[in-house]
Amino acid sequence: MNLMSRFRRFPFWSWIWFILGALYFILPLLATFEFSLSWDPEVPFKAYQRAFEDNDFWETFIFSNVLALATIIVSIILIVPTAYWIRLRLPEARRMVEFITLMPFVVPAIILVFGLIRIYSSPITVPFTDLQLMQPLTNFKAGTNVLIVAGYMVLAMPYMYRSVDTGMRTVDIRTLTEAAQSLGANWFTIITRIILPNIRAALLSGALLTFAIVVGEVTLASFLGVNAFGPYLFLLGQHRAYEPAALSFISFLLTWLAMGLIQLATGGQGQAAGAH
Amino acid sequence: MAQTAVTVKGSGAAPTNWRAWLGVAPFFLFAILFLFLPSLRLFTASFTNSSGNFTLENVIQLFSEPFIVNAYKLSIQISAVTALGGGILGFLLAYSVTVGGLPSSLRSVLITFSGVASNFAGVPLAFAFVATLGRQGFITHILRDYLNINIYDTGFNLYSFAGLSLVYMYFQFPLMVLIMAPALDGLKREWREAAENLGASTTQYWLKVAMPVLLPSILGAMILLFGNAFGAYATAYALTGGRIGIVTIQIGAQIRGDVLYNPGLGYAMAIGMVAIMAVSLAGYSWLQAKTERWLR
Repeated sequence: MNLMSRFRRFPFWSWIWFILGALYFILPLLATFEFSLSWDPEVPFKAYQRAFEDNDFWETFIFSNVLALATIIVSIILIVPTAYWIRLRLPEARRMVEFITLMPFVVPAIILVFGLIRIYSSPITVPFTDLQLMQPLTNFKAGTNVLIVAGYMVLAMPYMYRSVDTGMRTVDIRTLTEAAQSLGANWFTIITRIILPNIRAALLSGALLTFAIVVGEVTLASFLGVNAFGPYLFLLGQHRAYEPAALSFISFLLTWLAMGLIQLATGGQGQAAGAH
Repeated sequence: MAQTAVTVKGSGAAPTNWRAWLGVAPFFLFAILFLFLPSLRLFTASFTNSSGNFTLENVIQLFSEPFIVNAYKLSIQISAVTALGGGILGFLLAYSVTVGGLPSSLRSVLITFSGVASNFAGVPLAFAFVATLGRQGFITHILRDYLNINIYDTGFNLYSFAGLSLVYMYFQFPLMVLIMAPALDGLKREWREAAENLGASTTQYWLKVAMPVLLPSILGAMILLFGNAFGAYATAYALTGGRIGIVTIQIGAQIRGDVLYNPGLGYAMAIGMVAIMAVSLAGYSWLQAKTERWLR
């Protein structure tokens, strides 16, 4: 008993597990950082300089950020009114919508892009006729951009929906809506001026998770032929050694920044995503 | 305007009409266009032969073509190994910061880091492991120079099963931490006190009280990890350049160009994958429902 109580006072095994986990976390990052600095001992940050000098880096990186922003905005426009409406008027749709938001877990990115390409690489016609409305979405740039944002919205849907729904659970939207309506507000005003500000922490966490998924995503981007950061980094890794390490380390820092901000926004409630 | 407010109030009991459903129509339209139609297309195509007629041949070949059976086997093995390994390590870590007696400041450090690591995947993760355990990697050099062990002489290869599993573990065990930490918080202090008052030892408490309560959520979380690894593509592709024959890589090769002589087989492979993922998710939600009885 004496040994056991001493054991409980100093959590020996807990420390072992914790240190083991910490090493697993840190060693690959340390190795990447060390490698990225080892190009030229005279100029330690040479790999970073070279990586940043490449115009393609900026082009693809900025474009990925634009894609992320578009995904976040359209997702919010689609999901916030839906979640709001379900809470307020249509609780019987809840199960069905929740089921749909879980679907992306069942359909991984590689399958999703497979299906999207097969559907949208043929021209869009009026149903049941041969009347062509539009050329295939995969044939022109704006079309693939629409397709990839839609695909990213699907990938981010579980996280976005859950964030928004959790955010709405903590505010009494029914009372807020009634109060706003009695003051003469219309639906647009209610959603943009009442609901959105009240769930801003949840929106921020959903947005940052989406950002973490989209910037650096490879599967959809490379199969749809979009010049995004993920495929760029992959190609760079095929014929370069040090710059990819530098950029990998930077994308780790970006992910860390996004997650750190989520921690701040939601008060320590961590969330998991997955675009592997 | 006042009238609208009244309808809102009364809507709780009133039967909803089709107009209320219009409010969620955009969401359903989006889901149909970009989620259901693509999946349905793969589904119908996997039952169609090259001349457009119905066939079960693709599905039968899914189970008989050695090339495909092996891809599924490899994917399932990697997913199972990393779900188990990641699950155990993740559980022990979650244990150490919740009931394990570590300072609570370490808990938020671990949770934040887990959030980062479970999202840190794909190309950067593959590159990070090449820098760590590749032939010229950091750890490879340390082991060689200081301990005189050349891991590549022992048969280890980062670009094969063992290596890919180690890489997957990097996003697997943090996910386990994120799921298990709240579940371990749900263990009530009273249960432990009650067990101790009745003379139970720590081992007895864990075996007879804590584990039965936690088991559904541990299994559920591991199933989630399984699906997480099973659907992974980018990490494996970036690490091996497509040279490891897991299902996602084979499907990717099939999209790039018809590698199989029969395109219908590619669709069937995709649908087989969806089926496995669906079974895992169903198992997860079933276990999740069991968990909620005790851990709220």
